[in-house]
Amino acid sequence: MWRYIVQRVLVSIPVVIMVGIITFTLVYVGPGDPAAIIAGDEATPEILEAIREDLGFNRSFPVQMGDWFWKLAHGDLGTSYFSRREITELITPRLQPTLSLGFQVVVLSTLIGISTGMLAAWKAGTRLDRNLMVLAVLGFATPGFWLAFLTIWVFAVNLGWFPVIGYSPIQDGLFSHLHSLFLPVMVNSILASAFISRITRSAMLEVLREDYIRTARAKGASEFSVFLRHAFRPSAIPVATVIGASIAGLATGFVLTETIFAIPGLGRMLVDAIVRRDYPIIQALLMVVAVVLIGVNLIVDILYAYIDPRIRY
Amino acid sequence: MTEALLKVKNLHTEFRTEGGIVKAVDDVSFEVNAGEIFALVGESGCGKSVTALSIMGLIPNPPGEITSGSIEFDGVDLLSLPSREMRAIRGSRIGMIFQEPMSSLNPVLTIESQLAEPLKIHENLSGNVANDRAKELIDMVGIPDSATRMKQYPHELSGGQRQRIMIAMAMACSPQLLIADEATTALDVTIQAQILDLMQDVTSQTGASLLIITHNLGIVARYADRVGVMYAGKLREVSDASDLYAEPHHPYTVGLLQSVPRLDADKGSPLSPIAGEIPDLTDLPEGCAFNPRCEWAVDKCRIEQPTLEETKPGKQVACFEHETVALRV
Amino acid sequence: MSVASEPRTEWELAPPWSTRLKGMFGSTVKAAKRDVVLAVSITILLIGLFLAFFGPTLARTDYERTDPINRMQAPNTNHWFGTDNWGRDVFDRTIVGTRLSFLVGFSVTLISTVIGVGVALVISYFKILDAIMMRFVDGLLAFPTILLALALISLIGPSVGNVIIALSLTATAGKIRLVRGAVLSLRESTYVDAARAVGVPVPRILFLHVLPNIVSIIIVQATFTLASAILAEASLSFLGAGVPEYVPSWGNIIATGQGYIQVGFHISFFPGLFLTITVLAVVLIGDSVRDHLDPKLRGRLKTTAQQ
Repeated sequence: MWRYIVQRVLVSIPVVIMVGIITFTLVYVGPGDPAAIIAGDEATPEILEAIREDLGFNRSFPVQMGDWFWKLAHGDLGTSYFSRREITELITPRLQPTLSLGFQVVVLSTLIGISTGMLAAWKAGTRLDRNLMVLAVLGFATPGFWLAFLTIWVFAVNLGWFPVIGYSPIQDGLFSHLHSLFLPVMVNSILASAFISRITRSAMLEVLREDYIRTARAKGASEFSVFLRHAFRPSAIPVATVIGASIAGLATGFVLTETIFAIPGLGRMLVDAIVRRDYPIIQALLMVVAVVLIGVNLIVDILYAYIDPRIRY
Repeated sequence: MTEALLKVKNLHTEFRTEGGIVKAVDDVSFEVNAGEIFALVGESGCGKSVTALSIMGLIPNPPGEITSGSIEFDGVDLLSLPSREMRAIRGSRIGMIFQEPMSSLNPVLTIESQLAEPLKIHENLSGNVANDRAKELIDMVGIPDSATRMKQYPHELSGGQRQRIMIAMAMACSPQLLIADEATTALDVTIQAQILDLMQDVTSQTGASLLIITHNLGIVARYADRVGVMYAGKLREVSDASDLYAEPHHPYTVGLLQSVPRLDADKGSPLSPIAGEIPDLTDLPEGCAFNPRCEWAVDKCRIEQPTLEETKPGKQVACFEHETVALRV
Repeated sequence: MSVASEPRTEWELAPPWSTRLKGMFGSTVKAAKRDVVLAVSITILLIGLFLAFFGPTLARTDYERTDPINRMQAPNTNHWFGTDNWGRDVFDRTIVGTRLSFLVGFSVTLISTVIGVGVALVISYFKILDAIMMRFVDGLLAFPTILLALALISLIGPSVGNVIIALSLTATAGKIRLVRGAVLSLRESTYVDAARAVGVPVPRILFLHVLPNIVSIIIVQATFTLASAILAEASLSFLGAGVPEYVPSWGNIIATGQGYIQVGFHISFFPGLFLTITVLAVVLIGDSVRDHLDPKLRGRLKTTAQQ
């Protein structure tokens, strides 16, 4: 088991490096002179040259990249062009809203997705199954930002149950915090759980055709036990994969929902940075998101081994 | 004569498929006596496995369905039992072993938990007691180092060992009937004999009956007391095992016996496989389903279906020409 | 005799894939006749294609010009979907927006499929190239599509072409990984061994034996790419990283309406509905194509259809 975990970690390392190279190169080869962006419209050539010298933009590509990686390895994400502040410092206050949103959505969508998927598989072929799957396809096809728009219109504008936009931090009380995040959590959970539900159902139906399910029935196991004890765990691998994938989808979802609901999280920060062309922030956030997702995949890989003993070697 | 343990009467099991209705089991009747080894033989698709699954009540429905007949086990008609009572019989009074040892055990559960499961279900044993019993069962089926095996997963065992575990699981509650559906087909020849010997041993110790489903006539000759030969969903001949080889009365049985390679045959003498192909079950020939492949077939065989009739004590044959067949051999 | 026998053997092993494609097309048409959902989805997609081609011709107003007198009108007989904050007709802008969605969707699908399948086939036969390429693909796929596209567009500037390039990049990486995996597992299969054993050259094996067997995977994946590219384009436009505001795109129009949710619900509602229905149609087509093309699934469907 430990060998497997170590091996998975080792496999992730080149991916992290590759992600770093892509992130850095993207900004490096991109058009636009960073010195000009920093200096503003009225900078003289001398000022530009001074900025280049100061921030090291005149060094060669490998040196700059090496420097960037070196700092990254020491937890230094760089400095914002715009505010001239450390990016780690800028990120810190943005973590709470995004992490809280992420945690709630992952928990909720996993619960909803797996339970509805299993219910559909249990009732396979019935009207309930068909209705659940119609909902799942709808959830899969609906654009999150439009669903957010609809929920705001119904629940905030017309019913007035929730604020139209705005965020209340946990420090101001858990209830108002959850209340302020309720709509974005719902929107993202509905979309993510649609996917999980579909996969859970098809994975369960796949496993229910296996020989060992027949063996379980031949032992006299009840249908309930066949379903939960014998069929669920073997079908959990594709489900774990899709939960991992849906977390990657959340990264995108958060950029959109944080913008719509005006939540001061990392997604919003990225959009702001893109509007201002604050490249160090874009670089840093891309890197952070990619590393987090590689970490999620690593956890999913380790979950595989926990779920299926054949994978531990 | 003792009362039969299992009485299958006029069993019909059908499957609905795209191509039409398949009569996988068509009017099959036979009896298995207490303590005897009964073998159902035939080519793949002849309905022998479906017969076994029908007895277990494990026909996947849909697309399959038992349309008529009765299956009497120890005086109770299994087909009329509510599903809860049928469940109580499965795994406790009737055990079953399947063909694929690789896929018949759950890959994510330990041997221990799978072995202890029938004991927990049927004998209400608590966790520890059931686990101790499970260990004894592993010892019983001859797998060494049972303490380690208990904690292992199926993929860590060989095919033969897995089939031993299947036997242990099926015998856990000392059933009166053990059904082995092609239980040794996927195994090496040397392992096959060990597994069959083991099944014979464990059933004779408890006095259980053994129903062997196989296409291998060698197994039938070696182990079975009585044999039923199936073809295209119907029983064609039921006979004492020794008698079947000495005096086959059905053309299909004759064909089967002649197509088996024999060591005592003259070197270079050709095998004689049965001519023609197994018919499409959705489109069976008129009359006796075997008639297109039968060298004894007469006009009557192409119009009318023969029924199983007793030709001498302990022998039933479904063939109009069985006397001619018996003489020819 | 021996000359004629080789192609015949191959024919028996794997029919040429022109035959397969024809068979697939035929079975899809047959399926559409039986399957109402599929028929409706195909119809929606065809209507969408029609609007994509003729949307600007069908528009009755100058959908880019502002008309302040008529701003923020609710849907009425004159303006079926109402007007926006500049007085532009939302119906016209919505049907014209179809063009951009379909242009981006189909371009990304085509580019990523052609390049992705080509690269995957090539690298599956060159170990070193494969190792390098797959590290790059893994790196690209570690980013969420829209985030990478956003960053890319912020660098190279917002335009239709750049949106297509940005979205094609990750879509292609995904295709390479999928097709390479399928090719590698097929290479282990018995019939490829059989073809190799009778001396069929490698490119011929790839084209005649491997490619036809992954066509169904590619087609299913293509529908998925189409759906997600249409969604991604709308998301980028919604965030202001797509085409300029005055060019009608579903994402743009929804973004405009977002600011007027209290008084102009109709501005965002209709283009969003178009977007959802289009994506839904594509997803449903993908689902049925998969069900009908995958022979393993087909058998199962028949038995479940009997229920």
